[in-house]
Amino acid sequence: MKYYRTHILICVDPECLGKGAHDIEDALQDELVAQGLIDEVQVLETPRIGDCSHGPEMMVYPDGVHYVGMSVDDIPFLVEEHFLKGRVAKKFLLTKVEVKDEELGAPTSKEVRVVLRNCGKIDPENIEDYIAEDGYEALAKVLASYTPEKVIDEMLASGLRGRGGAGFPAGRKWQFCRASKATPKFVICNADEGDPGAFMNRRVLEGDPHAVVEGMIIAAYAIGSSRGYIYCRAEYPLAVRTLNIAIQQARALGLLGEDILGSGFSFDLEVRIGAGAFVCGEETALMASIEGKRGEPRPRPPFPAVSGLWAKPSNVNNVETYANVPQIMLRGAQWYASMGTEKSKGTKTFALAGDVNHTGLIEVPLGINMREVVYDIAQGIKDGKKLKAVQIGGPMGGCLPEEYLDRPIDYESLAAAGTIMGSGGLVVMDEDTCMVDIARFFMEFIQDESCGKCTPCRVGTRRMLEILQRICKGDGKDGDIETLEMLCRQIKSTSLCGLGQGAPNPVESTLKHFRKEYEAHIYEKRCPAKVCKGLIRFDIIDACTGCTVCARNCPVGAITGERRKLHVIDANTCIRCGICMQVCNFNAIVIN
Amino acid sequence: MADLINLTIDGIPVAVPRGMVIVDAAKKIDNDIPVFCYHPKLKPVGMCRMCLVDVGTPKIDPATKQVVRTEDGKPVIAWMPKLQTACTTPVSEGMAVRTNTKQVLDARNNVLEFLLTSHPLDCPICDKGGECPLQNLTLAHGPGLSRFEYEAKQHNAKHVPLGDLIFLDRERCIQCSRCIRFQDDVADDHVLQFHDRGRHMEIVTFSDPPFDSYFGGNTTDICPVGALTTADFRFKARPWELDSTPSVCTHCPVGCNISLNTRLETRTGGHEIKRVMPRQNEQVNEIWTCDKGRFVHHFTRAEDRLTHPLVRDARGKLVESTWEAALQLVADKARGARVSGVIGDRIANEDAHLFGSLFSDVLKDGAVAMSPAIPAAYADIARAYGVGKDTDFKQLGKGDTILVVNGDLEESAPVWFLRLRQAVVDRGAKLVIAHDRSSKMHRYASRIVTYELGMAAHWASEQTTELSAELKSARNVLIVFGDEKLSAEGARSLARSLANILIESGHAGKANSGLLPLYPHANTQGVFDMLPATTVTTGKVDVAWLVGVGNAADVPQADFTVVQELFLTDIANNADVVLPALSFAERDGSFTSGDRRVQRFYRALPGLGQGKPDWWIIQEVAKRLGATWQYHGTSEVFAQMAQHNPYYAGLSYETLSQAEPQWPPVGRADLYYGGTAYDNSGGIGSRYAAPAEQSGFNSSLEPVVAPPVDMEALQHLPHTLYQDGELIRRSKVLSGHVRAQRKEAETA
Ligand SMILES: Cc1cc2nc3c(=O)[nH]c(=O)nc-3n(C[C@H](O)[C@H](O)[C@H](O)COP(=O)(O)O)c2cc1C
Ligand code: SF4
Ligand code: SF4
Ligand code: SF4
Ligand code: SF4
Ligand code: FES
Ligand code: FES
Repeated sequence: MKYYRTHILICVDPECLGKGAHDIEDALQDELVAQGLIDEVQVLETPRIGDCSHGPEMMVYPDGVHYVGMSVDDIPFLVEEHFLKGRVAKKFLLTKVEVKDEELGAPTSKEVRVVLRNCGKIDPENIEDYIAEDGYEALAKVLASYTPEKVIDEMLASGLRGRGGAGFPAGRKWQFCRASKATPKFVICNADEGDPGAFMNRRVLEGDPHAVVEGMIIAAYAIGSSRGYIYCRAEYPLAVRTLNIAIQQARALGLLGEDILGSGFSFDLEVRIGAGAFVCGEETALMASIEGKRGEPRPRPPFPAVSGLWAKPSNVNNVETYANVPQIMLRGAQWYASMGTEKSKGTKTFALAGDVNHTGLIEVPLGINMREVVYDIAQGIKDGKKLKAVQIGGPMGGCLPEEYLDRPIDYESLAAAGTIMGSGGLVVMDEDTCMVDIARFFMEFIQDESCGKCTPCRVGTRRMLEILQRICKGDGKDGDIETLEMLCRQIKSTSLCGLGQGAPNPVESTLKHFRKEYEAHIYEKRCPAKVCKGLIRFDIIDACTGCTVCARNCPVGAITGERRKLHVIDANTCIRCGICMQVCNFNAIVIN
Repeated sequence: MADLINLTIDGIPVAVPRGMVIVDAAKKIDNDIPVFCYHPKLKPVGMCRMCLVDVGTPKIDPATKQVVRTEDGKPVIAWMPKLQTACTTPVSEGMAVRTNTKQVLDARNNVLEFLLTSHPLDCPICDKGGECPLQNLTLAHGPGLSRFEYEAKQHNAKHVPLGDLIFLDRERCIQCSRCIRFQDDVADDHVLQFHDRGRHMEIVTFSDPPFDSYFGGNTTDICPVGALTTADFRFKARPWELDSTPSVCTHCPVGCNISLNTRLETRTGGHEIKRVMPRQNEQVNEIWTCDKGRFVHHFTRAEDRLTHPLVRDARGKLVESTWEAALQLVADKARGARVSGVIGDRIANEDAHLFGSLFSDVLKDGAVAMSPAIPAAYADIARAYGVGKDTDFKQLGKGDTILVVNGDLEESAPVWFLRLRQAVVDRGAKLVIAHDRSSKMHRYASRIVTYELGMAAHWASEQTTELSAELKSARNVLIVFGDEKLSAEGARSLARSLANILIESGHAGKANSGLLPLYPHANTQGVFDMLPATTVTTGKVDVAWLVGVGNAADVPQADFTVVQELFLTDIANNADVVLPALSFAERDGSFTSGDRRVQRFYRALPGLGQGKPDWWIIQEVAKRLGATWQYHGTSEVFAQMAQHNPYYAGLSYETLSQAEPQWPPVGRADLYYGGTAYDNSGGIGSRYAAPAEQSGFNSSLEPVVAPPVDMEALQHLPHTLYQDGELIRRSKVLSGHVRAQRKEAETA
């Protein structure tokens, strides 16, 4: 394997591409070859480095330098300055990080912001800003007047449950880890956020990194650890950068390192970049990955609190879990426990997406019901359509129908409904969504992401996907539903890790709540939502003006007809791409 | 044992040591929980999910912290909500396990079904067919019919060479990672890895050269399916057609227990060895062999084996003769003559004993010596201060020190390397190495001493006092040593210094302590033990008589030379009479390993041509010289020997052929444990006591002054496993390795 000393990540999101990202990349390659650096510096493509408004953008690792706005002609200069002379090319340095308002708007009346309280408000790269918002006050308070046991008691009393998905009480986890005798112990922050579409953790890391750092220091004090890791996915270069800046600044102020605030307690922290697989978010796989091994889960027990990173006691929590800690210490467990339901305390962030009028990041007290989220916060379904389902919990979550809208969002209610809280993915789907297709989509994701270590997940999810694909193609058979149900049960009960154990959820929940749609696909060869290509046909109705746009755009020439006369689609040639429907200005093309 | 844990499995109580996993505990009471990825010699990973069982622990009242009991006093069991993998879950006090509930049986069924959906329908042509755990478990636990379509099976590359010795069939692989874990955790050759993930996950080798390891053959035994096969055996035979005969590997001092799998070949009209399999002996090789031991066997049926006695004719050419003529000629030449006998250290005890007796009892004027000569200079010390009779490498661990001096364990005694490495890496023994160069064992050393070439004896004599003081506090001290770059005198000096260290540190004559010599072959100790102490004749003699001698330097000057051999080697080609001997596979006999374990091997093949066992040839000449010997077989020779040789007193073929049940058991119906290694039917052998275990050996030998460095000895090449030689040269599968090591030696 080649060893590169430096990596350049170039953003290839549409906006940056529009500004010539590919040309920049080619120019960089050429220049690196010309300068004989090509074996030392690797150029990689990545989505989203900044907000693309200064594109093209690039990030240089491990230096953590963020360049923007260069042109092809600037490349020789940039390469010479940075990679030959080792000087930062100031001219292209990004100076200001902008807040992405599309992701995080002003809070609506139903929201309560604890974790997100500083996001978008303070400069994340300036520790003073955080301190001005009571930052590190909790740490000072804890170190000065709390014993580790007292910290854990407060955590237990607050009722905070892990926000990474499983919802295990954070205080209990800390307690177990404290009780482990072996040393050293490790505090680990899970910032791998792999759920498709989720960005709750990223926003906290980018917008308020010190809250996470402070939470981890407090956790370390409570369990008796002196070393921590933040495992952040590689796709979050900006978060890595803000975290590194935050850690440096905290170190400079004596908030990390030896003898923190003169308390005699020492702790330091390091960012590790993830290996890029979804399963690396599973805690045992994550620790294997930090150890430099293949990111694969292993059976628990032993739990990380007993034998984790390098077989030492370790505490793994999610970004959001840690970000809650300073506020709990500062404002008291009672305050935190006053929000939420009996067993699900506090607030939770969600990444709202789908067919609603308002999408983005929200933070709500637990116990709020789905209807409030969909209709009050998200302002209802787009285009006046009807709601069909809410998908909650990410790829291992499930789909809930309309009837569940009035149930509270808390760990127990969601579990009872056949889904999970997950890390905060919340997708609202309107009547045009095919639930079989959705199940197939999640299965595809899982199948791609199964690490392959254990038999049921490696092989079983493949079987499920094959059946779902068949059903969507119109080749469903009698017995498929029963086979799917059985596979769900088998995979759930025999898989090694949470991925396999949760993989059947999307299928199981849609089978439970939307069984009719499966039956329509299989027995009537019909896709009620008109999504599954194998089960629909495009037709042109009388509204056609004979403008010929559709015929000209059809990639396979399936449409014929004379100018100003009704056009026809040859169903045998048509590949159901839907382009004609998009281009027709007269709504003359329909799906049957 | 104090630390026994009590649990019940399907209601049957069992007490097992702390730390044992449920699978093993169940095995103790003959409950074979099916497994694929678990292997008792490897660290568990819990990935195949075949072993799922229902586990519960006694319910504890949170208030009183006492076990909750039913009215009749039985503890209430709190069953875990999910099935647990029996291979990763350690037993705990009061645990209850259910292995036969509907839920458990369903889970097994499901996992098997999943595995089968991606498994080819290969059994009829698969090398594992007939001894395949997947096949067996499917019959026992599998679904009658698969619910999935055959077309949906994933098709993958078959017959992918992972190296020149091992092939992979990607369709058959069930991704259990046993092969990877063996290479990583046992052999410490990190040559295999999973590539990609999910359904695309596959085994790849990423070393250069590929699958670069001396131990790869073992992965084909422990692979639970027919995914890994050896280049040697693939498609050669079906396991059930094979006869198997217990034997002992003749290629290094370990003396691995093996099974020779033979079959009658209609093509060649004779029997031949189809494969060599490890035979379990937890005292010797557990269930492993090295690849040399596994693949070197082809010499037994090499085309150029000697099949007739040869005698040099009047024109000076070696021509075929009869046994009668040849034997008579040898007897005539030897009668009343000055005879110098040399016997190779691969020859069996029985032959060596008769050869020794020939010189002490029959011939008037003769002397006998062992070839190679250097080990003969220190074998008496290695024996006297050798490891104690009850030594068990498995017990070496924390508190013990292993000292390796002047030898390369992996090259010279591969399976000892595996075992002692585990004592250090897994069980915490301390390793100190003193050598003139680096070796694989150096990876695990806590202290390394490097001395100049040829200075081993000097180093040891200078360090004796200091090391003895340091080692006093160790629980046990095992000293492994080799004779690289040393003359006979130098090697003896080294052995004496090392013996002194044992004596002065208080570890002489103890179990798990002692000297462990890296002898060149399988029976160096045995041949040495069999020979009378005669003074070596110098100068030209009348008759030189060579039995299996490979080293030209050991051939005495003589007017007439007799050679007993398998091949027409250069030495044989210069002889006056050449007598065709039989290989170890064609006869019975016994060897004494480097750690003095006496072990029997059995006849697996009919003799080739007119070949005869060496002991028979010696006896026939002796008879013609007037001896009254009447041995009908090796057991009689052995019995006679044991009466006169004090070390072997009390041993007999019967005692050597006894086999105790081994743990973990291999070769049972489910095949899951040791894979296809053979269980031990031929006997586990017996180690004779080291003289130092009797009294009178606790005063130090005289202080040792090392002799000057021997310039000639500096030219000796260090031993490597695939070093070119008459036998290994005839194994085609190993020829590439032999060539590579020859090249390496030439450029060194
Ligand atoms: C397949 C899989 C992926 C996961 N991904 C994440 C993740 O991206 N972030 C996260 O915090 N937890 C993730 N988890 C959960 C972690 O294993 C672990 O439970 C969590 O980090 C614990 O933190 P918490 O107690 O604060 O929730 C994942 C679990 C599974 C099974
Ligand atoms: S359940 Fe899936 S992701 Fe988890 S260990 Fe098994 S194969 Fe890997
Ligand atoms: S759906 Fe696509 S292929 Fe079919 S007619 Fe329309 S444009 Fe052509
Ligand atoms: S090749 Fe054999 S031992 Fe290796 S992973 Fe595959 S099935 Fe297991
Ligand atoms: S380690 Fe020695 S005895 Fe064992 S198989 Fe290899 S050469 Fe033979
Ligand atoms: S061309 Fe027919 S509707 Fe557009
Ligand atoms: S999971 Fe236990 S044997 Fe494979």
